[in-house]
Amino acid sequence: MIAPDWFRDDRLPHIYCTGCGNGTVINCTLAAVEEMGWKRNETVFISGIGCSSRAPGYILTDSLHTTHGRALAFATGVKMARPDLHVVVFTGDGDLAAIGGNHFIHACRRNVDMTVVCMNNHIYGMTGGQGSPTTPPGAISTTTPYGMSEPAFDLAELAVAAGANYVARWTSYHVKELTKAVAAGMQTPGLAFIEVRTQCPTNYGRHNKLRRVSEMIEHLRSHAMLVAKRDRLVAEGKPIPEGAFTVGELVRRSRPAMGVRP
Amino acid sequence: MSRTEFMQGNAACAEGALAAGCRFFGGYPITPSTEIAEAMARKLPKAGGVFISMEDELASIAAVIGAAWTGARAMTATSGPGFSLMMENIGYAVMTETPCVVVNIQRGGPSTGQPTRAAQGDMLQCRFGSHGDYSTIALTPNSVQEMFDLTAKAFDLADRYRVPTFVMSDEIVGHMRERVTIPDAVEIERPRPLAEGALPFEGGDDGTPGFAPFGSGRSIHVTGLTHDERGYPDTTDPEAHDRLVRRLVAKVESARRDIADYEVVNPDAETVFVTYGPPSRTVEQVMRDRPDDSIGHLRLRVVWPFPEFALKIFPNAKVFLMPELNMGQMVREVQRHVDQPVVSIPKIGGELHTPAELVRALEAHR
Ligand SMILES: Cc1ncc(C[n+]2csc(CCOP(=O)(O)OP(=O)(O)O)c2C)c(N)n1
Ligand code: SF4
Repeated sequence: MIAPDWFRDDRLPHIYCTGCGNGTVINCTLAAVEEMGWKRNETVFISGIGCSSRAPGYILTDSLHTTHGRALAFATGVKMARPDLHVVVFTGDGDLAAIGGNHFIHACRRNVDMTVVCMNNHIYGMTGGQGSPTTPPGAISTTTPYGMSEPAFDLAELAVAAGANYVARWTSYHVKELTKAVAAGMQTPGLAFIEVRTQCPTNYGRHNKLRRVSEMIEHLRSHAMLVAKRDRLVAEGKPIPEGAFTVGELVRRSRPAMGVRP
Repeated sequence: MSRTEFMQGNAACAEGALAAGCRFFGGYPITPSTEIAEAMARKLPKAGGVFISMEDELASIAAVIGAAWTGARAMTATSGPGFSLMMENIGYAVMTETPCVVVNIQRGGPSTGQPTRAAQGDMLQCRFGSHGDYSTIALTPNSVQEMFDLTAKAFDLADRYRVPTFVMSDEIVGHMRERVTIPDAVEIERPRPLAEGALPFEGGDDGTPGFAPFGSGRSIHVTGLTHDERGYPDTTDPEAHDRLVRRLVAKVESARRDIADYEVVNPDAETVFVTYGPPSRTVEQVMRDRPDDSIGHLRLRVVWPFPEFALKIFPNAKVFLMPELNMGQMVREVQRHVDQPVVSIPKIGGELHTPAELVRALEAHR
């Protein structure tokens, strides 16, 4: 149970649509913060622009709601100047992988000591549902009316390749696992990247035959495959089912990190 | 005890920053500003500060703003193309009232233009380059000594008015070598702290809120969205936007007399040169060569907010002459404020006006 004093309740009601997955991710992240025993005045939340990036505005700590795509660069400045502060970044798939792609790979390469939680709803939510770099091939959006024709980024694999010390992926269905993963990321020195596949009923589900929130969550659940299972299928030479994506911990390692608390 | 050294303008800029207590530098190399980053890379770690080479200029200014919110004095240095890339986040720094320093060692543009030649082509970009209405502060050194002095001063102004502050220098001053006196210590004015019970974005008497850096327990939400005095987004109320943006502009504009910094020669003169940056050096040469009380000189060390009242110091002025290393950027600002004719003496291509060129202009217009 998250202590109510982490919420900025004089800012309520929030702007999220009914059934949006972002609230779940905020809850899980705050549960992890509580598990870590972090103090409010030692914790800073940072974000870019998008529905997901509005999250810090609802949390009662110092917080920086920055420009679109640049959250990780701002966070790098905060963390390098004050390594004793805990830095948590909320971002979206568009914010992180499109406009912020360069900052993303370089923050992972530097392995700056922070926790990055990406709410990947496969769409530009805030601007009304345009295709993003994670929109699956074939999916309908306002800018892919004939179906997405570009391949999608695998954000978690990208973070692994770029050098982050901790990388995990879960969905808004996997509340307990997600909370644990965020806490594990917070414990790991260096950059922790947690991708959360989450539902945007308003701008994604509506166009892609997933009208009801429960359908979207069920879709996430049924297409998520544990890393161990995927590895077993690969080892056995068996096919990976269409549309499946891996969940679980993709990497936990101790490469040299920057901005580690003194 | 101060020390005297012979050094390059860009090195003096780094020294000025260090003397002012700069403890964070985020940058990306670009000619002709790079020596500033190189000096900071050598010196900041020894001073207990952080140097970081970011992936581009958007990241550099972003990291500087992040560092500034932890209470560190923070700066970046760049040149035209990099300055253009910074514009969105400069607007963010204005909107969030983040004190930080941006040094622009100007070069010839547009685009990659002339990387190794001097220009003053970004004077309007530093004032108007970001979107929306705002006001800001820009300093224009004309010597290596002033690169030291004005860089140090930029940090104080940034803190005092909580606004990104620009040192608008150029390749000539950045790369020239002169004698500089470096004081043992410079006096440092930090921002006033956020008073107990005060709202974090409440202007108070002079329009500038107190500052509570991250980690001080005030739980401040900082956003580039239009916000109320608590810092909470309020993006659709016309009054909230009007109140905030007018305050951001007024806190700087209403202090223009306090911020102003200029030099006056021969206030009774009839023909008056108005300069900033290195063209002033040529004017000084002309005036040394031919002492003449009818020639005056107003040299600006601060160009924004524009000190229009300084033009009134020359009551007998019949004409103002304005040599600039651009096609006439600041000349418009002078024209706006005087009834006399204002003559632009533009020069582009990378070289300073020669004394002969200015004498010719002088003869033609008096
Ligand atoms: C420089 C810039 N370009 C474009 C925008 C417009 N914009 C605002 S939010 C957004 C997309 C956000 O998508 P995502 O990061 O996936 O977040 P979501 O809203 O889906 O949570 C865009 C393009 C902007 N604010 N700034
Ligand atoms: S548009 Fe999508 S992501 Fe944004 S609040 Fe609504 S459901 Fe959530």
